[in-house]
Amino acid sequence: MSAISASEKVDGFTRKSMRKAQKQRKSQGSSQYRTQSAPVELSPLPQLKDAPSTEQQELFTQKLQQCCMLFDFLDSVMDLKSKEIKRATLNELVDYVSTNRGVLVESTYPEITNMICTNIFRTLPPSDNPDFDPEEDEPTLEASWPHIQLVYEFLLRFLENPDFQPSIAKRHIDQKFVLQLLELFDSEDPRERDFLKTILHRIYGKFLGLRAFIRKQINNIFLRFIYETEHFNGVAELLEILGSIINGFALPLKAEHKQFLMKVLIPLHTAKGLALFHAQAYCVVQFLEKDPTLTEPVIRGLLKFWPKTCSQKEVMFLGEIEEILDVIEPTQFKKIQEPLFKQISKCVANPHFQVAERALYFWNNEYILSLIEENIDKVLPIMFGSLYRISKEHWNPTIVALVYNVLKTLMEMNCTLFDELTSSYKAERQREKKKEQERDELWKKLDELRLSSAALVQNNSHGLPSVQNNNNNNNNNNSSNNNDNQDTRAEAAAVPTDNKVPDAGVAASESTPCAK
Amino acid sequence: CCCCNEVGCKPGADGDDSLYPIAVLIDELRNEDVQLRLNSIKKLSTIALALGVERTRTELLPFLTDTIYDEDEVLLALAEQLGNFTMLVGGPEYVHCLLPPLESLATVEETVVRDKAVESLRKISQEHSPVDLEVHFEPLVKRLASGDWFTSRTSACGLFSVCYPRVSSTVKAEIRQHFRTLCSDDTPMVRRAAASKLGEFAKVLELDYVKSDIISLFTALASDEQDSVRLLAVEACVSIATLLPQEDLESLVMPTLRQAAEDKSWRVRYMVADKFSETFVSLQISLCFNCIHSVLTIWLSDLCLLCPVSEQELVSDTNQHVKSALASVIMGLSTILGKDNTIEHLLPLFLAQLKDECPEVRLNIISNLDCVNEVIGIRQLSQSLLPAIVELAEDAKWRVRLAIIEYMPLLAGQLGVEFFDEKLNTLCMAWLIDHVYAIREAATCNLMKLVEKFGAEWAQNTIVPKVLGMANDPNYLHRMTTLFCINALSEACGQDITTKQMLPVVLKMSNDQVANVRFNVAKSLQKIGPVLDSNALQTEVKPVLEKLATDTDMDVKYFAQEAISDANVEQRLVQQAAFIFPADQTCCSLAGSQDRSEQRNTVVSITACNLMNSRIACTNPSQTVSFPNFFQPDLHAPVHSLFSAATQIEFDQTNE
Repeated sequence: MSAISASEKVDGFTRKSMRKAQKQRKSQGSSQYRTQSAPVELSPLPQLKDAPSTEQQELFTQKLQQCCMLFDFLDSVMDLKSKEIKRATLNELVDYVSTNRGVLVESTYPEITNMICTNIFRTLPPSDNPDFDPEEDEPTLEASWPHIQLVYEFLLRFLENPDFQPSIAKRHIDQKFVLQLLELFDSEDPRERDFLKTILHRIYGKFLGLRAFIRKQINNIFLRFIYETEHFNGVAELLEILGSIINGFALPLKAEHKQFLMKVLIPLHTAKGLALFHAQAYCVVQFLEKDPTLTEPVIRGLLKFWPKTCSQKEVMFLGEIEEILDVIEPTQFKKIQEPLFKQISKCVANPHFQVAERALYFWNNEYILSLIEENIDKVLPIMFGSLYRISKEHWNPTIVALVYNVLKTLMEMNCTLFDELTSSYKAERQREKKKEQERDELWKKLDELRLSSAALVQNNSHGLPSVQNNNNNNNNNNSSNNNDNQDTRAEAAAVPTDNKVPDAGVAASESTPCAK
Repeated sequence: CCCCNEVGCKPGADGDDSLYPIAVLIDELRNEDVQLRLNSIKKLSTIALALGVERTRTELLPFLTDTIYDEDEVLLALAEQLGNFTMLVGGPEYVHCLLPPLESLATVEETVVRDKAVESLRKISQEHSPVDLEVHFEPLVKRLASGDWFTSRTSACGLFSVCYPRVSSTVKAEIRQHFRTLCSDDTPMVRRAAASKLGEFAKVLELDYVKSDIISLFTALASDEQDSVRLLAVEACVSIATLLPQEDLESLVMPTLRQAAEDKSWRVRYMVADKFSETFVSLQISLCFNCIHSVLTIWLSDLCLLCPVSEQELVSDTNQHVKSALASVIMGLSTILGKDNTIEHLLPLFLAQLKDECPEVRLNIISNLDCVNEVIGIRQLSQSLLPAIVELAEDAKWRVRLAIIEYMPLLAGQLGVEFFDEKLNTLCMAWLIDHVYAIREAATCNLMKLVEKFGAEWAQNTIVPKVLGMANDPNYLHRMTTLFCINALSEACGQDITTKQMLPVVLKMSNDQVANVRFNVAKSLQKIGPVLDSNALQTEVKPVLEKLATDTDMDVKYFAQEAISDANVEQRLVQQAAFIFPADQTCCSLAGSQDRSEQRNTVVSITACNLMNSRIACTNPSQTVSFPNFFQPDLHAPVHSLFSAATQIEFDQTNE
């Protein structure tokens, strides 16, 4: 704390990244080493290439067994010699399976998979930093990477070997294997996740029998991520795999795939860390390109999960909507234009200029413009109110300029409608205000009713506990109403662009007493 | 329940039906603006009250059931409301009407909504008669348990235990079967839900079924392929262990527990460690000793750093989590083991853990000190304690710092004022200038608690000068901390110190160049006003507030006006109350109450009451409202309406 100089905190706050940087970095080991007794020192075996071909198989197996020995990498000076021997052996094995033909005989499969499982399958360690922010923090790297990397490399070469036979391998590379592989996607080390991605993709390609299982397990991981833990490091990688899988889906789409889109892919948008895998959300657009009839539910889904407080996410949503609009069919557009443009008109009026700007950029898109023009009689009435208001009220001059352009474009599309809307704008606002007043009246009457019935209850000796409770709450609400009003005033003062128009009607009715 | 019928139907009975047509109300529930929709849902009970029980059942509930496609926020509010709706649909006899909407809510995707719906369902299940439970509730549980999508099956897991005890034996058998099925469900989400409810379900089962059904489910879940399921099964172990007779524990529970203690996943080992003392408290001491030796030795591999003799430093980060869980557990053991055993076996461990490199381990030891204190007294530890505390106080993780602050009052109380002044006081002051607001806030609160412990005189000598010194700090955040401290300390320090020492500093800060400081001055003045004497209030505080009320900054102005009006209202009402009810005992004691808000409410009510009386007296002297009856039933609730009534009357009177 004390090491932060005064110049760094002119505003009284220190930068998060600065404080973070002071912390000591440290790589992380996994928990597997505990379970094993201390490693025995390895002795080097002869090179495979030097061995006579009759003994090569035997030596290969020996080397695989040798590589099952695990080492502690948190202690960098421990077992240095043995670690080096294992590293060299792994290198040799990688080389051996990638350059030689005919080395993958049936008897080696169990040895190979055993070596792989022993090395890579482990319970991932808990995150070093419980409030790990993938966007800002450096990931903790896997300490034993010098070995694990080579094992992954070996697995990949094994799968890609022309002699590789899925029919034999499927006895070893089974559902359990895949399940453990998928759990590793939570690794904080991006290098590891990258390997896993390629490997899982190969497995998906080669083992037809595992495909449905893999999809289902990925679903489960996503669902756990969305609804239970909100934490999984490999979402982006898994989405990338799915992105390439979706391309191969046959038409018409199976119910399973549609369910994945609606129940997993769309809710995935609610995640806090959407920024990390939003680029991979092209999966959604891919689905729509396959089957345009899904457009309406998808857009309605996105509207349902539209971010309320996170402007950064809102910008991403707008980006995704534009991508969808780029491929939308005009008939589909008609189906969703109303709810969609209601949302867009809210975005355009957003006090955060990046949100407003992103929404206004839609009007630079030729295809979207043509869709709007086709449906101008529907779109313009929805958009007009917000646009007109911000053109007068938004604090950011860039936004105001953009809005003027948009208004101009819209006016050119349908001049008469535009004029009508301009002249009815005031009346419209007044009608809204009146409606609001009516609502207030209604609620006031309802509250009175509640009060009077509560009084009745109080007079009765046998009261209704639940109703009475509610009544108390309600009264508390009432008494805090005044405060609420003041709060909104304070807020309005703090954000002068928002809610500028003071609601005189409401304020007046609020202060009228309710005593009869 | 007839009275509820009467009350609920009142508007209808008066022929005032047109006031509350359901269409208008439903419009409110359908409003385009989510916020308004949410507000309406939150007042759903008001709407139901307006409709009466009959129409709530026949019109409102079907509408709610049909239109469940909304923002999760709205659904959450709805799920919560419906749990309190029994009276509004006509009492327990009709409570099953609430099942259809809650059933749909229990199947939605969003976890919080589902959980709330299940919570409400559990609540209203108690209001079902045994017959209704079998006719309406249990079929719902079955439907959920065999739903297509995992969400409904997950929800079902939480409902078995509430209906099991009250249904016939055939239905009981079905419920057990459903639970078994869900324990081996295809999706891990459902298995997790089932595992987390295993303990709860075991509690309502007959002992024979616990032995036959639950143990096999427990064993299966504890060896699930996913560690997230296994660790939940471990959690259930605590309640299962309490249900079984001693002689069965060794054969039925211990093998699984031992296996879990050696699990390859640290998460499972962590859970075993975490539940360790809880499980063993429920076992008997004799068995406990056996287990400690058998199970604890397993963890000693996790714990090797704890033993000072072991110089191994091979412990990976993983084990720290297990270790810190165990650290808190070991502390709990001291009460079980008694003084001698604690000093002999556990004290060396405590001391070693206090030096542990991982802050969480040290923190867990310190935060459970009260257990040790009960057994051997904290003095034994104070020498080793101090370095650990000092280091934690400066830990890089603010949550660790926060946790240690929270233990300061306890430590201070146990270590005494001298030790505190000598060793800990500087720490407490350093926290006031921490760069994390939560720490500064906790530090202020800590000071208040310390003053409550050590008294105003101690505060005057040690704390107050340092706090007031910060008022000249170049950093405005530190200057604001001075104000926050004053807010917290004024009451504990009393009128004298507040008026003579604190007030001048606050007043001086009203000229601060940072607006945030200035409006906090206004807030502080409002806050410490009650502690000050009225002279200082009039001659010193008022002028400053009036000046602030003309500040260029909008917020400063606002808070200054707030403070002024607060002071005015209170002053006037106190005067009036004293004038009107000089002899009334209740009034005087309430008005003299320590609780400021209660005092103020009382005064407001009295005034209102008085004003109303004088008004009523003008028209009809016999109807005078007597004070105690009028608002005795609930002192707080009617204050608002009374107050507005009072102002209205006051207004009328001036007009007259």
